[in-house]
Amino acid sequence: MIRFLTKGIIRDRSRSLFPILVVTLTVAIIVFFKGFMTGTVSGFFRDTAVVSTGHVKIMTRAYEKENQLLPNDLALLETEELLKNLKKKYPDHFWTPRITFAGLLDVPDKNGETLEQGPTIAFGIDLFSSGSRQSEIWDLENKLTAGRLPIKADEVLLGTKLANRLGLKIGESVTFIGSTMNGAFTTYNFIVVGTFSLNMGPVDKEMMLVDISGARLALDMENAASEILGYTHSLYYEDEDAVAMRGEYNAIQHDSTDIFSPIMKALRDSNQMGTMVDLNNAFMAILLGVFMTIVMIVLWNMGLMNGLRRYGEIGMRLAIGESKGQVYRSMIMEAIIIGMIGTVMGTAIGLGLTYYMQEVGIDYTKGLENLTSTNIIMSNVFYAKVTPDLYYIGFIPGVFATVLGTMLAGRAIYKREMAQLFKELET
Amino acid sequence: MKIKPVITALILCQGISSLMGEENITVDELLAAMDANLYAKSRVITSKMIIYGRRSSRTIEFRNWVVGVDMAFTEYLAPPREAGTKMLKNGDKLWTYSPQTDRVIQISGHMLRQSVMGSDMSYNDMMEDKLLTELYEATIEGSEMIDSRKHWILFLDARVAGLSYPKRRAWVDAEYLLPMREELYAKSGKLIKSTSMDGIKKVQGRWFPSRFIFRDELKRNSKGTEWIIDDIQFDVEIPDSRFSKALLRK
Repeated sequence: MIRFLTKGIIRDRSRSLFPILVVTLTVAIIVFFKGFMTGTVSGFFRDTAVVSTGHVKIMTRAYEKENQLLPNDLALLETEELLKNLKKKYPDHFWTPRITFAGLLDVPDKNGETLEQGPTIAFGIDLFSSGSRQSEIWDLENKLTAGRLPIKADEVLLGTKLANRLGLKIGESVTFIGSTMNGAFTTYNFIVVGTFSLNMGPVDKEMMLVDISGARLALDMENAASEILGYTHSLYYEDEDAVAMRGEYNAIQHDSTDIFSPIMKALRDSNQMGTMVDLNNAFMAILLGVFMTIVMIVLWNMGLMNGLRRYGEIGMRLAIGESKGQVYRSMIMEAIIIGMIGTVMGTAIGLGLTYYMQEVGIDYTKGLENLTSTNIIMSNVFYAKVTPDLYYIGFIPGVFATVLGTMLAGRAIYKREMAQLFKELET
Repeated sequence: MKIKPVITALILCQGISSLMGEENITVDELLAAMDANLYAKSRVITSKMIIYGRRSSRTIEFRNWVVGVDMAFTEYLAPPREAGTKMLKNGDKLWTYSPQTDRVIQISGHMLRQSVMGSDMSYNDMMEDKLLTELYEATIEGSEMIDSRKHWILFLDARVAGLSYPKRRAWVDAEYLLPMREELYAKSGKLIKSTSMDGIKKVQGRWFPSRFIFRDELKRNSKGTEWIIDDIQFDVEIPDSRFSKALLRK
């Protein structure tokens, strides 16, 4: 039966070409759309996690309340011990301390006096520890625009824009002016060994990266850190897992009387990221729902048109003795075959496009450069992502909607009056 | 018929007299007396600051050379991390030198209103010496007994623009003629800082406190900063070279 129907579909192009084309196109669009959205959103979450939030992060309760002010006087102490415990208790994550601080960079002239000054936001990240993945997740090798990565505590990387604004070149010295974790005035000399561009809009326009050991020296923060960030080994943010871990950790560590006790926050808890996560999920569901509905209507319409076009053929088949059920079932079987062929072709095309966009991406640098907010951490290049669900997601509209459309359109078969058939066929 | 206004006038005079105190001092005299105690053409101070942070407290020792409003030189003596750091104020410019970086760095003028070493005091609080009579219009709001001592309550309103504290309210000890307690306000009337002083003693013929307590009211959970004067000399001759940038590196 299947072989018979397949032959019929292949030989009768009027029956197969248009439906297969519609299904192929629809499935390809859905697969690509899902892949592109997933890639863009997961890229956004990954960038946010790398630069700012981690998938989860730990800080003191007092720091959490004032985190916008970067209050390092409320930083975590004895971080080595904390890190050891975290690595032991949550081995499915990797943990890294970070010091986030702000101040002024002062460029000396040849007499050692102030030549240029500019504000900076600095990140003390763990670049030197064995096994540290910070350099990898920041993708620093590829983001360097000049120079090399730091290998000493007093070596820094500056954002290209910041270095240009201050007129700093590789190998030159710059003095950081800020406050220690005790609030004392501090100055510390760093050597610029490289410049970088994160390609994330204006985020890096005042950014300085230094190994955490250098930040600790400059800010008098021995064995202390603003935050400890945790990432899944795959770097893929799993919201439910992160929320569950946060709940478990905070339940154990809960001590509302001690403002310096640690508290864990998930990515969704930072910078309204929770709203972003929920919005993204809702947006994806709504868009896919709307898209699927439209596709189903189109395919239903296609089924109706087919039914109308094949009105005579169906009438003839009924007239020569096929039961209505047999005709109906054979049409559904045809729809399944058409849906399968279209879905396989559409999925292949969609995956191909998604893979291409995963490798090449869409460069939106000019649009994002105009943003003034440094709170939005988003890559200038939007990439798609091939995920396992792309291999089967097309079957829902491709097969299911085609079959549903045919089932709805095929109801007309049961409305045919046998007594009228020959009369209709005569005309 | 004419006795009533006379009695009223007498009662009013009595009221004003009691308000002004036994000394019958005027507002201007009060302000001038405060200046006579607090202001000097120059002063050299060795002091320490105890900063009560949210986690711990720390003590910073330093020596100041101050001439009037514009010139000030500060050298930090302790703790070791801060020792050797020097600051020079000349007008609205501020330079700092730290031995760790061996750099003379100019700090922008707005830093003068920022906290000194994380304390509740600003550089202006520490380095400036201004005549109140030149800067403020004062009115007496009343008097109050604090610790069995009479205090005038003075309200000062700036008569010049650009002051760190355009309005202030002071509780002035009637004997020492020092603002034992002060509330310092922004132009909007928002309380910025509160101060108090104690340990009053005679220094070179004037009453002067040996301890100030500053509290930055804008800092949440601030526990205040103590400024303890270990030694102070008024109207000493300070050579101009003391305020040269070259001295920062020495």
